[in-house]
Amino acid sequence: MKRIIYTIGIFLVVLCFNAASYGSISEHLLSNGMKVILIEDPNSPLATFQIWYKVGSKDEPAGKTGLSHLLEHMMFKGTERYGSKEFSNIIQRNGGSDNAFTTKDYTMYFQNLPSNKIGLSIELESDRMKNLLLDPKEVRAEREVVKEERRLRYEDDPQNMLYEDTVAAALKAHPYRTPIIGWMSDISSIEREDLYRHYKTYYCPQNAFIIVAGNIDKKEILHDIEARFGVLKNPTEKPQRTKTQEPVQRGERRVFLKKEAQLPYIIFAHPVPNFPHPDSFALEVLSNLLSSGKSARLYKNIVYEKKIALNVFASYSGFYQHPFLFFLGGTASAGKTALDVERAIIEEIDALKGEHIPEKELQKAKNQIEASFIFAQDSTHAKALYTGIFEILGDWRLKDSYLEGIRSVKVEDIKRVAKEYLRPDKRTVGVLIPIGREK
Amino acid sequence: MKMKITAPMQLILSLLLVLVCVSNGFAIEFNKKTYPQGLTIVHVERKSIPAVAVSLFIKASPLQEPPEKAGLANLTAKLLMEGTKGLSAKELSEQIDFLGASMGASVNYDYTQISLTFLKKDIDKMMQLFAEVLLHPAFDAREVERKKQQIKGALKQREEEPGYLSEREFRRLTFGDHPYGRIVEGSQDTIDRLTAEDIRSFYKDNYTPSEAILSVVGDITFKELDELINRGLAEWKSPGPKKLSPQGNKGSQPSYGISVIDRDITQANIIFGHTGIERSNPDFYALSLMNYILGGGGFASRLMKIVRDDLGLTYGISSHFSTNLFKGIFEIEVQTKNEAASQVVTEIRRQIERIQKEAVSDQELSDAKSFLIGSFPRRLETNRKISDFLAVSQYYGLGDDYIKKYPEYINAVTKEDILRVAKRYLSKDKYILVITGKKDNIDLKAIK
Repeated sequence: MKRIIYTIGIFLVVLCFNAASYGSISEHLLSNGMKVILIEDPNSPLATFQIWYKVGSKDEPAGKTGLSHLLEHMMFKGTERYGSKEFSNIIQRNGGSDNAFTTKDYTMYFQNLPSNKIGLSIELESDRMKNLLLDPKEVRAEREVVKEERRLRYEDDPQNMLYEDTVAAALKAHPYRTPIIGWMSDISSIEREDLYRHYKTYYCPQNAFIIVAGNIDKKEILHDIEARFGVLKNPTEKPQRTKTQEPVQRGERRVFLKKEAQLPYIIFAHPVPNFPHPDSFALEVLSNLLSSGKSARLYKNIVYEKKIALNVFASYSGFYQHPFLFFLGGTASAGKTALDVERAIIEEIDALKGEHIPEKELQKAKNQIEASFIFAQDSTHAKALYTGIFEILGDWRLKDSYLEGIRSVKVEDIKRVAKEYLRPDKRTVGVLIPIGREK
Repeated sequence: MKMKITAPMQLILSLLLVLVCVSNGFAIEFNKKTYPQGLTIVHVERKSIPAVAVSLFIKASPLQEPPEKAGLANLTAKLLMEGTKGLSAKELSEQIDFLGASMGASVNYDYTQISLTFLKKDIDKMMQLFAEVLLHPAFDAREVERKKQQIKGALKQREEEPGYLSEREFRRLTFGDHPYGRIVEGSQDTIDRLTAEDIRSFYKDNYTPSEAILSVVGDITFKELDELINRGLAEWKSPGPKKLSPQGNKGSQPSYGISVIDRDITQANIIFGHTGIERSNPDFYALSLMNYILGGGGFASRLMKIVRDDLGLTYGISSHFSTNLFKGIFEIEVQTKNEAASQVVTEIRRQIERIQKEAVSDQELSDAKSFLIGSFPRRLETNRKISDFLAVSQYYGLGDDYIKKYPEYINAVTKEDILRVAKRYLSKDKYILVITGKKDNIDLKAIK
């Protein structure tokens, strides 16, 4: 099944990466300018092929939210040469798995295969980059599939729905405010022509790059990729990109969601800079210090000691092309209210700004980031994924500076970014109010 | 109190070096040793990253609980992480977190699993903490109360998930009073009844090395591991013959029919199914292939092809056999808008009938075989995956040559086998159907 992995900040595990020490990386340009990144790992029996298109929900026209995501679904619905879902069937028949996901910034397609089968990816991905059918009948059926996906993930999930409402309130101008899956009525309104225009504009060599990782023969694979992708043409125009900047927030915003639910739930969203802004490293360490592991402040004080919340979180990812949000929140324990959780979280943030932070606590957060990076290197897919995320942000080589940035964070930096960004006037609060069942 | 260091264990009962290969030359070499007190270890040295993954499987699950104390196995496992005789809960998590490591315990229907992941440089420290957690848990009464409240709260929150409500009801109707018929965590009522004394006694009776499997994979040599076990786990002894599970093989009759859980939501969350097979059933492989073709094979499966790709009625539909020590379940799970629920159920029944009446095509069978065999190395890609896989294969007695034999098991299955197992293990008429959704919008009369 094609599962869409949304990079919703709240659920995004902070991962950090420096693949350089675990496989040799090289970069190559095809004759049409398309970039190919190879990560050689002779010890793996597997390989992964990933193609990254620099288009996501931020690139969608008004009234057509969810366009990038629906196009991702349509990429599995056939070309002139291969029928609907034949792509996946061929990959599976060869012992592989394939999938794709859409984010605010990019859309990524991947296949994990035995390493001697990677030629299939090259053939099939180059075919659908140029020859997608977008059959109107299939478009209509797939719109319904995506609407079911939206019902599953948002309409019937009160906490996810509150997340969607909170983001839309926290950002009033920037296109990051809209959900990747799209609003229900927008999904219904997307036609074949919308998809075709989007496809023609963004699915071209100049707007994509390839990563192959695993046990691969570099020379052979580059030859094959050049033969299939190097011949594809670029459109004459480059895609337009949003120039909208989010206006400065002056004062708290608050949204409420009344819905059938078991327990009250609250989210805070604060506007913050993205990587590689110097403050992004301290924000990353701060979110770990607050909520990574059972010894972290939020869990220890609010869940364990005071028993006000069932769970609490702080979440930051700097891996966006534009500034996004720092999230805090939690689910109230039975008998407690959203306001109780709100007060408890604010108390923790205030304490952090005012009190001494032990050096050991800072080191713990850094150790967690570094260890999780090492654990992630065990899979070829994950190695390639992290390399690609940095390429989306400008250059895969940035990943080397990333861990250095994390290591250089000082106690004063943590306090400074907490004071600067986690201010009451820079907060959007989302509150879930459970209501009884309607008879 | 810190861990006692006792004399190394006497003799090695068996030390095996097992080399297993799959068809494309991919191999995993593992060591196996059974210690005198019954603990079996499996080990793979693997230097892909400077880290180690550990999985310990213990025969302690709802199968060993009295029904009025449902949730006892789970609560016991969770309490392991909430303090030892030498370390408070806070000190323990502080030490693990400082190393960027993880240690956790979870329970399923057949066993308790303790999992650790840590960097190579922290092997000694983490194995010492592991032994302390396993052998000297505190089971402090205040921690027990706190954890009970947390589990009860989490269960309440899960009631927001329609899929959870359907699954809970489906299990209840399928297994009745059998331990598989309830949620591993227990219910609000049974959790309330659990005491620190219950936990101590459950721990004493069930946390024994006999039948336990310890799987260790990563940047650690067998010699290093053997020394660590001799030093750290030597005092882990079996108290005597293990008590038989209170419920063991006793089952109760499934309650066939339709059950609707009314909620104000847009989708019907459907589970259709009945009892399945135990893991030891030799038809497991034929069923794996049959299920792949019916609904287990993603876009290669018939159900996805029809219900999602052709009809656009769902984001996901899948079927699976979840196998256990005793009888497992067969279920098809799907979400669709309330109004389409009856149409989807009709389609499910039609597809079951079809696979019971007509032989699958040669192409379908060969595709299913090449996926199951070809994707096998991907199931063994990381330290964590290998560690869990080896523990599972030992726990269910699949054989030390399982990885080597797997392609043979799959290749031996014929179209006639598929038809035979579909007839024998599936039913389109004697089923349990649970739907969580908006009742008024579901056309129940159209479902037969």
